[in-house]
Amino acid sequence: MTITLNHFSAATVFALFASIVFGITHRETTREMVRYGLYCFVMFLGGVLVAGWAMWLVRR
Amino acid sequence: MANSTTEKATDKTKPAPAEAVNMMSVLAPALGWLIPGAGHVIQKRWIRGLLLFVSIVTLFVLGLAMQGRIYKANGGDILDMLGFIGDAGAGALYIVTLAADWGQGAIAFATADYGTKFMIVAGLLNFIAVADAYHIAIGKKQ
Repeated sequence: MTITLNHFSAATVFALFASIVFGITHRETTREMVRYGLYCFVMFLGGVLVAGWAMWLVRR
Repeated sequence: MANSTTEKATDKTKPAPAEAVNMMSVLAPALGWLIPGAGHVIQKRWIRGLLLFVSIVTLFVLGLAMQGRIYKANGGDILDMLGFIGDAGAGALYIVTLAADWGQGAIAFATADYGTKFMIVAGLLNFIAVADAYHIAIGKKQ
């Protein structure tokens, strides 16, 4: 079985699972875990979008 | 008076008592390394353990399904060794993958490189989960 993901979907999957682990392991209470997990997810995807647009600008 | 001052000074310089090494502080990290999330499950952190298991295993299996490459111990190159350390963090997943001779990496697929990174990151995330299980076992974390 071969799965082919494009760059953005691969980054999204990566961000989702890494954020879950970061949230659980880096915070104490459930509420803080959820908040930190969401924060990491947004930062991961935000970083991808910013880097993508930066490369687009550099390329032009 | 002088004695109480000296006593206070010695209290401040006295090192904190060493954390008790109990059976769980050895078992939880070991089991957590072998099966992602198991270190949390045996300490009755069911949901955390399940989420860790699902996250790490899914990332690793996706990496394999994307035709990612698994690193072996005798890579020779420094980057190969680092890749091996990352992969080895996945515990039983890594052992099974090696035993079944999966993860050979397919150059024909452009996404194979993503897969390789997915597997390394899954192992590294499991190292963090193992450290967390240890902290719970010694009472440093709830």
